[in-house]
Amino acid sequence: MRAPRFPALAVLLPLAACAGVQSALDPAGGEAGRIHTLSIVLFVLCTVIFVAVAVLAALALFGSDEWRSRLASERLVFALGVVFPVLTLVGLVLYGVTIMGMAAEPAGAGRDALRIEVSGERWWWRVTYITEDGVRIESANELRIPAGQPVPIELTSADVIHSFWVPQLAGKLDMIPGRTNTLTLHVREPGISRGQCAEYCGGPHALMSFFVIAMTEDDFAAWLLKEASEARPPAGEAAVQGHALFLASGCGGCHTVRGTGAAGVIGPDLTHVGSRHSLAAASLPNDAPSFARWIRDGQHVKPENLMPPYGIFTDAELASLSDYLDHLD
Amino acid sequence: MTDQVIVQLPNSTPRPARELEDLERVWATPKGWRIVTAVNNTVVGLIYIGVAFLFFLMAGVLAILMRTQLAVSGNDFIGQELYNQMFTMHGTTMMFLFAVPAVEALGVMLLPQMLAARDLPFPRLSAYAIWAYVIGGLVFFTTIFYDLAPAGGWFMYPPLTLKEFSPADNADFWLLGIGFIEISAIAGAVEIVVGTLRTRPPGMSLSKMPIFAWSMLIFAAMIMFAFPAVILATMMLEIERSFGWPFFTAALGGDALLWQHLFWFFGHPEVYIIFLPAAGLVSMIVPTMAQTPLVGYRLIVVALIATGFFSFGLWVHHMFTTGIPALSLAFFSAASAAVAVPSGIQVFSWIATMAAGRRRFRITTASLFVLGFLFIFTLGGLTGVMVAMVPFDYQVHDTYFVVAHFHYVLVGGMVFPLFATFYHWMPLFSRRMLSERLGRWVFWLMFLGFNIAFFPMHLTGLLGMPRRVWTYPAELGWDTLNLVSTAGSYILGAGILLFVIDLFRTVRPGPKPENPWGAGTLEWLPSDVYATRSIPLVTSREPLWDQENLVEDVQAGRWFLPGAPTGGRETIVTSPVEARPQYIIQMPGPGWSPLLAAMFTAACFLLLTVKLVMIAAVCGVLAIVFCLVWTWSLDPGPAKGSVDIGGGMKLPTYVTGPTSHSWWAMVVLMFVAGSLYLSYVFSYLFLWTVSPDVWAPAGAPQLPSPGWPALSALLLVCGSAAIMAARRLLPSPGNLGTAAAAAILVALLCMSGALAIELLGHWRTGLQPSDSAYGAMVYMASVLFGQVAAALVIMGLFTAARLLVRRLDREWRVTFDNLALLYHYAVFQSLFGLALVHGYPRLVA
Repeated sequence: MRAPRFPALAVLLPLAACAGVQSALDPAGGEAGRIHTLSIVLFVLCTVIFVAVAVLAALALFGSDEWRSRLASERLVFALGVVFPVLTLVGLVLYGVTIMGMAAEPAGAGRDALRIEVSGERWWWRVTYITEDGVRIESANELRIPAGQPVPIELTSADVIHSFWVPQLAGKLDMIPGRTNTLTLHVREPGISRGQCAEYCGGPHALMSFFVIAMTEDDFAAWLLKEASEARPPAGEAAVQGHALFLASGCGGCHTVRGTGAAGVIGPDLTHVGSRHSLAAASLPNDAPSFARWIRDGQHVKPENLMPPYGIFTDAELASLSDYLDHLD
Repeated sequence: MTDQVIVQLPNSTPRPARELEDLERVWATPKGWRIVTAVNNTVVGLIYIGVAFLFFLMAGVLAILMRTQLAVSGNDFIGQELYNQMFTMHGTTMMFLFAVPAVEALGVMLLPQMLAARDLPFPRLSAYAIWAYVIGGLVFFTTIFYDLAPAGGWFMYPPLTLKEFSPADNADFWLLGIGFIEISAIAGAVEIVVGTLRTRPPGMSLSKMPIFAWSMLIFAAMIMFAFPAVILATMMLEIERSFGWPFFTAALGGDALLWQHLFWFFGHPEVYIIFLPAAGLVSMIVPTMAQTPLVGYRLIVVALIATGFFSFGLWVHHMFTTGIPALSLAFFSAASAAVAVPSGIQVFSWIATMAAGRRRFRITTASLFVLGFLFIFTLGGLTGVMVAMVPFDYQVHDTYFVVAHFHYVLVGGMVFPLFATFYHWMPLFSRRMLSERLGRWVFWLMFLGFNIAFFPMHLTGLLGMPRRVWTYPAELGWDTLNLVSTAGSYILGAGILLFVIDLFRTVRPGPKPENPWGAGTLEWLPSDVYATRSIPLVTSREPLWDQENLVEDVQAGRWFLPGAPTGGRETIVTSPVEARPQYIIQMPGPGWSPLLAAMFTAACFLLLTVKLVMIAAVCGVLAIVFCLVWTWSLDPGPAKGSVDIGGGMKLPTYVTGPTSHSWWAMVVLMFVAGSLYLSYVFSYLFLWTVSPDVWAPAGAPQLPSPGWPALSALLLVCGSAAIMAARRLLPSPGNLGTAAAAAILVALLCMSGALAIELLGHWRTGLQPSDSAYGAMVYMASVLFGQVAAALVIMGLFTAARLLVRRLDREWRVTFDNLALLYHYAVFQSLFGLALVHGYPRLVA
């Protein structure tokens, strides 16, 4: 066997450090950071072992007779095949288990009693903030959390198995019907990360992403207050028309816009949809044309999604509807 | 076998002239289109490996199409729905229709040759299993062409695969299609266990057995214990889809994780089921190319056994991210790391063997593939250690890192050794060898292509790309890596294409050239349709290297069984450990019934999928009828007495009881049934721990009063007694067995009655299987009871019929012995089931 044909993984790491908002190599949170350190240890160790095996194989093939007779012994097989791996693996497993223990920080105990639930649905994320006095504030496809403190997130599923994964912040945890799993996020600094469903959930599984926005504690408190409020009344002619269309076309059968008659619970809550970072579980940017595209052509943007396409609107109607939705910030 | 006999062989007196003609006549392959009736291992083995390789190519084409879709971000070359079907079919086909069958095919082709046996012990069973697989597998694969292919991923997780979320028939194709391919794998496993343990040549004790035979033995044992778990899981999922028994529905007390436990209890060992035989082949190629015995033979055997053992203890490492308790995570993390040790032993043994040869390791195309395997598999093993670390797995689970990891393990661990095998062993099956010159090209294209395709995926996964996505946005920075992977996949495909071209160009079935690599094991003895001319006494692990004049003596018919003394197909059965000759097994020749039975079995399952229940039932009955037609001519009876197998040694041609190979096969089958039942017991207890609230007595109707199970148990015990009575009542040779037949009928009535009472008891309480997970589990016990009872009714009537036509008596009784074994097993299983279903809820109440 020749020397490794590819530079070892460790060499590629610096290259990847500039990676984006969804990279495990660019950690921004407590657990992701600890796992990143473990990863580096693993990469280095495994590269060394791999090179050593390759060198031994090369010696067995091309080495001097002296080297070859040294290698041709059952004692060596025992030493390298049993003793060495047992010692290394015991060390590694202990290290891994220790990190695993640190991930399970005390969940929420003693902190301000805001609870956050995220429920995986086909194919979007229902995010609910439950205040101390039990008020439920519903949002979708975007998770906002205070930075600098551990925040437990309760993960459930409404239909099939999904998996909640924000690589920059922590490892993934599955969302399983009938079970509640709790993942603790601990983001160091305010910032934005991208997450994606990591358990195949059928259909447009590839198009089920979301953003996590970490804010300072004060910003978060202010944001939550606003998020709890009712929707902004439509302002301007287009928005007023759009609002009327929204109610008249039955959109409220599936969607809620708090403060209006729309109170459906099947699809995402749209009360503050205009303020979110993206549309349709991070399939589209958040602007008026995207709303129009989604309403008319959603089945192309995100095939098999559960919102039926609405071809009934004229261009003008679509524009006013989009304008209304866009202004719901 | 006495020492005196050994001294008399090899027997140098001239052989009778017609001996060779007899062998050629008896073992002749059917001509023309009648080839489909052939049952000999070299013929059906070729069909088997050919079709398995065809599936490899077709699933490979799917992979290349998928790589094309992923070459750039936002691509719409393949739509979402087709892509989802394609990755499901790619994984399913590669795992179920290529990897396991290919390995079994190698066993069917090579094992008898390595053991100098004339055939495997159950040729028609092989033929049946192979045809069922060929027909069923091909029809299953075509579903991709008309939008009927399953799209739930190869591990088919519910609830996604439940009726509610996958209403069309696609998922049923998976469940029923794969369901009976599992059965075909189990038939192969029975064959291989009995073949390796009982048809070795005289003198080849276990400690002299070729490593490949060891690895196949462990492979088959693992199938016996792993496959039943997934058979139970597929049964339950299909029952839930068809009849709404809520095994996996959380709202009614079921649990989606039950599927994952059962699936991975099969799925993880599956990886080693595929890898071990490939490692066994490598352990045979390396010593040949180094021209020296394997360094650390015993260590490797221990490593193979340890791998088989450990592999059952680490299924949960596919479930690290499901939120199970930290303590079990730690246990399974350690177990997952531990399995690296046996692999390490093998890697270093091969390196030591390469170094041990007097001359340098010979570089042929086969050795290149072995070296490529070593490179790729070592890398895959190391990333395997990484994913065994739970926190690391939290990040990379279900990402392209894992895609890279398992392709390194499976392509490295199985496909590269398979290609090495093609180059190395092709001379056994073809007059012309594959081109060594083109072989270099094939290897380098495949090796480079593979690494260019899969190495970057480690990084793609760490950069956040999940697996099973048909598209991805540009802004995440995955484009370049994906494009490189796609280019690599084309290079890999080119290498495989070149191989296929060479295959068509050079390979011509026929007698083999001499031993071109100077190998030391028995498959390189000169052979013909009847395998070797005579079966040697083996005194070494590499007999061709160590035993003087072996090739000439074998070829001249100077060793055991140089003719066909019973006038039919036969081989020597030896004792399982020391390989002392025990008797001559008479084997069936070509026939239509295995093929027809297989066709109707496949038709039955496939028609069930599309809900043509009546026609499916007719096909099912016909399948059973043809199985009975073929088994009727088995169990030949003691009429032929003892025959001379050379050197004055006489062996019986018929034995009964624990010496019989048939008895061994039935015991293997009982292990399979037992393991299926244990999976059920696990499922019952698992669902109870998840939802004790739906269990009786609090959450469901009261259990039937204890009188019901007591009556059921009493009937079962009476049935066992009736079978014991039937044993006493077996007639003396030549007489009618009416009394024994009557006793068997009584036993069958007892068994059916016990089942009916059990069902009626629960039904009267008002419990319905679709009420809750508890109800589903209670009735599932009866489904499994009914399954074995139905088999017993068929076997029992068959046995009774033989008693009534004087084909079964006190001496001619293998059929009866098998019935009795299975009957007593069924009673034991059912009594245990009654205790569980009626006792456990009372115990914990």
